[in-house]
Amino acid sequence: MKHETIETNAGWLIVLTMIVISIGGLVEIVPLYFIDDTIETVQVDGKDTIRPYTPLELRGRDIYMREGCYLCHSQMIRPFRDEDMRYGHYSLAAESQYDHPFQWGSKRTGPDLARVGGKYSNAWHVQHLMNPRNVVPESIMPNYPWLMQPLEYKDVADRMRALRLVGVPYSKDTPEYEANVKQFGKEVADKLNIINAEANLIAEAQEGNFDGNRDDITEMDALVAYLQVLGTMVDFSKFEEGYFATFR
Amino acid sequence: MSKEKTKSTVQTTGHAWDGDLQEFNNPLPRWWLWGFYATVVFTIVYWVIFPAWPVGKGYTTGVMNNITYTTTDGKEVTTHWNTRALLLKELGEARAEQAKYIDQLKTASYAEIAKDEEKSAFAYSMAKVLFADNCAACHQAGGNGVIGSYPNLLDDAWLWGGSYQQLENTIREGHNGFMPAFKTSLSEAQIDDVAEYVLSLSGEKVNADKAARGEKIFQGQAGGCHYCHGKDAKGQTSLGSANLTDSIWTIADVPGHNTLEGKKAAIKAVIRNGVSRTMPAWKERLSPTEIKILTFYVHELGGGK
Repeated sequence: MKHETIETNAGWLIVLTMIVISIGGLVEIVPLYFIDDTIETVQVDGKDTIRPYTPLELRGRDIYMREGCYLCHSQMIRPFRDEDMRYGHYSLAAESQYDHPFQWGSKRTGPDLARVGGKYSNAWHVQHLMNPRNVVPESIMPNYPWLMQPLEYKDVADRMRALRLVGVPYSKDTPEYEANVKQFGKEVADKLNIINAEANLIAEAQEGNFDGNRDDITEMDALVAYLQVLGTMVDFSKFEEGYFATFR
Repeated sequence: MSKEKTKSTVQTTGHAWDGDLQEFNNPLPRWWLWGFYATVVFTIVYWVIFPAWPVGKGYTTGVMNNITYTTTDGKEVTTHWNTRALLLKELGEARAEQAKYIDQLKTASYAEIAKDEEKSAFAYSMAKVLFADNCAACHQAGGNGVIGSYPNLLDDAWLWGGSYQQLENTIREGHNGFMPAFKTSLSEAQIDDVAEYVLSLSGEKVNADKAARGEKIFQGQAGGCHYCHGKDAKGQTSLGSANLTDSIWTIADVPGHNTLEGKKAAIKAVIRNGVSRTMPAWKERLSPTEIKILTFYVHELGGGK
């Protein structure tokens, strides 16, 4: 093809430009799919400790995205000393393997949330989300009082089915359930079963009582359940100090 | 540059647009060109030294560029350069630098830390950062807490005890503070009486008849308040029940009201709805030495016992 043809034809110019630009991304990203060490093996007693979100946590994650929390909060602790001291152990690739899309973010107006789970009580999260100034006087985070509205969870099974299509191991039949029992243990596998999604969600909300009120299931229940699980799936005391460095 | 010179010395790309619109084809400046070659050379050197190219299921790890780090238990590990090992190395170096003080704090008793100026200064400065990162979100930057939610750490009233050992235990294991709601088991009039009695305990002028009735409920079966708060209403640190006789309020906002009615309303709300508060356990997030340093700091903040 002559140079002049490309230069004088907008369609060709667009297509060929996009091909050239995508080469940079492809050579950086595609090999990672094939390298064994990209996602760390995180197993205790032969079971994966990093699991997909439970139905309630999943709805909480949806609300996290709906409210745009990722615009101010990252979920990615980088392997630097200052971040290690403030936020805890650096994030593992394995920890976001079931996130679609991941919530790493690149802008920290607020603090990183990758290991916020268990750091504060449920009541603190509720107070803080209703009005952050209740507990952190200098905070510039907006209020989210509408999170106290009832949670829409009729479609949670559909949401799990959608994620299953992109590779999250929610089980829809017995063989898949059995595979999950093998991978995560029975307790977790039960929560990943799409057939029981709604019942599991209701049970978890009532048992956890995340918003301080057992009578209803609110968006607050879901969001706090999600926040409380962030960064808690790996017990780093169970692994040798340099173990995760061997994957890089 | 004159028009003449441009025409005679600079080549064009040979394309003409709209009849006479042409594009110069100037050579690149030499400094730019050599800069470009230099980056190419740099890249090749970088590929050799650092992890770079994917090969099959692995990748080139780089040569002559190893990192040796020391783990917390003193083991030396050497590996190819990577950011995770680099972090472990930096953490190890920082640990080695602080070891002189940290080791002292690890073994010293609280009394020894308090006595030694250097040790307490080090503990203090470390604790300030730890407190800001981990504790201030609830107990506030100065430790004054939020009435109704998070205890004030500056006074000498301690729900779960203010000795070094008790504070350390509180931070390490966390607590669940709980008082049942009485709105179903007591009538509104009874709750009113109990509130009068509770106020009388800290020297408020109240209706003596009502307070006497309230005392009966408090000390008897109907309310059963004394099971947790004690016959003397001074609370029990083993249960985290509040001392009701010291005029220090952590949950009912009594000091926030000037009138007796207001104060009573604050107490009645607590009796009616109960209390459920959680302090998280920190043993998994903080090291034993960090917990020790924080214990020392909180003890110093206000009347540790």
